[in-house]
Amino acid sequence: MTKARQEATIEKAPLVVIGAGPGGYAAAFRAVELGLAVTLVDPEANPGGVCLHRGCIPSKAFLHAAKLVRDAAEAKAMGLHFAAPRLDIDALRGWKDGIVETLTGGLGGKVKQKQIRYLRGRARLSGPRELAVDLTEGKTAALAFDQAILATGSRPVLPAFGADLSERIVDSTGALHPPSVPGTLLVIGGGYIGLELGSVYAALGSRVTVVEMLPQLMTGADRDLVSQLKRRLDRQFEAILTATKVLGLKEQKNGVKVTLQDKQGGQSSKLFDRVLVAVGRRPNIENLGLEAAGVALTDGFIKVDAERRTTAPGIYAIGDVTGQPMLAHKAAHEGQVAAAVAAGRPAAFEPRAIPAVCFTDPEIAWTGLTETEARDQKRPIKTAKIPWRSLGRTLTLGRDDGLTKLIVDPDTDLVLGVGLAGPGAGELIGEATLAIEMAARWQDLAFTIHAHPTLSEGIMEAAATFFA
Amino acid sequence: MTQEIRVPEVSDGVTKGQVIGLSVAVGDRVEVDQTLLELETDKAVVALPSPFTGEITEILVAAGDEVAIGQVVMAGVPEGESADRAPAAAAPEKPEPPSATPSARQPEPPSEPAGRKTAATATAAKASAAAATADAGQAEAHPALPPPRTAATAPQDVPPASPLVRRFARELGVDIHAVRGSGPGGRISEQDVREFVKQALAGRADAGAVVAHASGGAGQRPLPDFTKWGDIEREPLSQVRKIIADNMAYAWATAPRVTQDDKADITAVEGFRLDFNRKAPAADKLTMTAILLKITAAALRVFPAVNSSLDLAAGELIRKRYVHIGVAVDTPAGLLVPVIRDVDRKGLATLARELNATAAKTRERRLTPADLEGGTFTISNLGGIGGTHFTPIVYAPQVAILGVSRAEMEPVWDGREFQPRLRLPLSLSYDHRAIDGADGARFLRWICAALEQPLLLMMEDEQ
Repeated sequence: MTKARQEATIEKAPLVVIGAGPGGYAAAFRAVELGLAVTLVDPEANPGGVCLHRGCIPSKAFLHAAKLVRDAAEAKAMGLHFAAPRLDIDALRGWKDGIVETLTGGLGGKVKQKQIRYLRGRARLSGPRELAVDLTEGKTAALAFDQAILATGSRPVLPAFGADLSERIVDSTGALHPPSVPGTLLVIGGGYIGLELGSVYAALGSRVTVVEMLPQLMTGADRDLVSQLKRRLDRQFEAILTATKVLGLKEQKNGVKVTLQDKQGGQSSKLFDRVLVAVGRRPNIENLGLEAAGVALTDGFIKVDAERRTTAPGIYAIGDVTGQPMLAHKAAHEGQVAAAVAAGRPAAFEPRAIPAVCFTDPEIAWTGLTETEARDQKRPIKTAKIPWRSLGRTLTLGRDDGLTKLIVDPDTDLVLGVGLAGPGAGELIGEATLAIEMAARWQDLAFTIHAHPTLSEGIMEAAATFFA
Repeated sequence: MTQEIRVPEVSDGVTKGQVIGLSVAVGDRVEVDQTLLELETDKAVVALPSPFTGEITEILVAAGDEVAIGQVVMAGVPEGESADRAPAAAAPEKPEPPSATPSARQPEPPSEPAGRKTAATATAAKASAAAATADAGQAEAHPALPPPRTAATAPQDVPPASPLVRRFARELGVDIHAVRGSGPGGRISEQDVREFVKQALAGRADAGAVVAHASGGAGQRPLPDFTKWGDIEREPLSQVRKIIADNMAYAWATAPRVTQDDKADITAVEGFRLDFNRKAPAADKLTMTAILLKITAAALRVFPAVNSSLDLAAGELIRKRYVHIGVAVDTPAGLLVPVIRDVDRKGLATLARELNATAAKTRERRLTPADLEGGTFTISNLGGIGGTHFTPIVYAPQVAILGVSRAEMEPVWDGREFQPRLRLPLSLSYDHRAIDGADGARFLRWICAALEQPLLLMMEDEQ
């Protein structure tokens, strides 16, 4: 009887996009533009995914507030004295929530305007051409699709430290909805998420300790860039413990007792008011019915080709579920590729460069080939570096730190990669990514007029050093 | 002392190949010249022989990897030398070229025995784009993946062309990796892509294996989504299949082909053949193909225009003073055409033996690229399978090919009554640009006549 009822309600859906994060909604919008009828499925009321609801956007709102606090404090050096800020955490959180609502609500409006069918719920593939959606309102909808795009994203990894998430032990989601500012905070994980959120709490008044298992913060980023950041974080944070392991967490009445082990094997215990676990993210590939549809995995991610086709005919996958780097802009680009391929257009995910930005102070940004990768691949490169203190603009900002690095091919002079550290590095990386995509040589950068006085001059100046 | 094993020079023009199988594992003891792995190149499958007798200590490639000539693929310890168990990465690398980067001069972190492996995997596996990016140490270098249907390319391996130019190439079905950039630093412009397509359409040889998703000639129209009508399977084309596709499409597009059919009465020749084979050991058995080789070689001496190639660019016909005949051999991987040299100068017994050995070598995929080169004419014998007639495609730049179908006993009218005669259907396809119809018919008739009366072979003077 159940079967009969289900069959009676199976609806046809030419293209279903599962997950409405930056990848999913980009795919849905593009597919509609290309003439496909699109159904978009997501558990949230509006599109946006982790990025808008609990990731990039809210964290950047908090980081902006943190920057104001730091700038006000540093203005002393210019003879400007501000009183210590009075923090209304509820108002700050409300301001952040308002931004999220504006953005996600805007996307919700766009979904309606584009006549995309939006189903609020969780989808699960039940066969090669069928899926079931557990609707938030309670019912289950069965869809028969021609094509589907999987864009379910990722979630924080929670290692077994012997304690569950709570008021005191939070992941990035919890850290972005703070009921209060803790006196002391331990950040587990020295990657970009831990360092960004740690910076926010430090500016808001927490004494922040960061613990990283590996010998370096931001593993994978070039060390010269990271050391620019570390110099400043050493002042913002209470302590940065690298090559240190967390052995266990124990929640007590007065805080969380954390047992640490340093690289010599010495153990110690410390008490923190709050602990933020930010050790990485894992793809949301469970409970999706991948096996029922014949979608294969590789190394824990969904296996896709350049057109973002999975191993199951008519099913595509994009974004965090397809592998590193787990970045919203990579997902959005993949979404456009998958939508175009689904609409029968030639497209492929074949970027020459994917920018990455860590929104700390200073910001770290890189694009294309890193020096670390070049060394691992034994690929010959030439590099040029310019410290930002040689740029007039840096000093007028009250700063003396920052670094621009160009990585070029010694034979062809083509720009292969650019690394930046410094205030606003994330805004400057765009020029570098364009240069790589357009196959610019370093001479092109050196001969392009850059506005004076700006930090962008660093790229031109660094390129010019190759003439020497 | 650990010794590196590199991919040796295989043949002129061969710069890379695909590993199709490993024949040894780490820890195996190997003899000198023992096959370590098999490599499929543009021209043939080649076995990589061990340079020493000893033990294999490291294997840096996997089946499916693309490797370049000179690339280190394994390491081992020759027998008698101290079994230096240090990881091969500690072995001194060749000195870096003078253009070495400042970073390369920095001391390597001591705890990085995986350094070499990473380099090898990275060059081998374009597919592991994911591995090239890094996030908080949780992304280990991924092992080389089997190539996906349309391999994802690591960002640094995407050729220097703007995103719009790359999309333009994709729309035309052009593999951007095959386009030569004329701009500074090898930058590929939209004009370069247009030129590439023009050359491909004109069938210029240097356009090579041109087309992205289907090599083989002048491009492919976009395919419909076959999955709309049912399940499909996709399988990567083997190198052999890609080359066949390319060669056939080139020949089809360029050579105006005529096929001439004829039949030869081989009753007497077949009688001789069976008689001979009754006494001959297996390796010396005489096949009809061997007999056809000998007779065709003689025919090619009489009709030199059939043993030629056209050079339209120079406005010349190239006549070859040698007769090397390719014999199409059916293998599980696809058609291969090994070439028997100097057929006109060899006796039937030698040809029979050589042909038997070559056929075995071909089926075992032991040919070297040189075995496939230099043919002036081709024989394709499908008689073993059956059929009455087919139209072979000329194997450019040759100008003719002989197709052989199955001999049948037929009633032949001798003027008074029907006689049972064994008749062999022969089909000669030729490039009509080089050979006129009457000459084609005469050439094939000559072969038939010689099969019926082999004394004809002795009528011509030696040149």
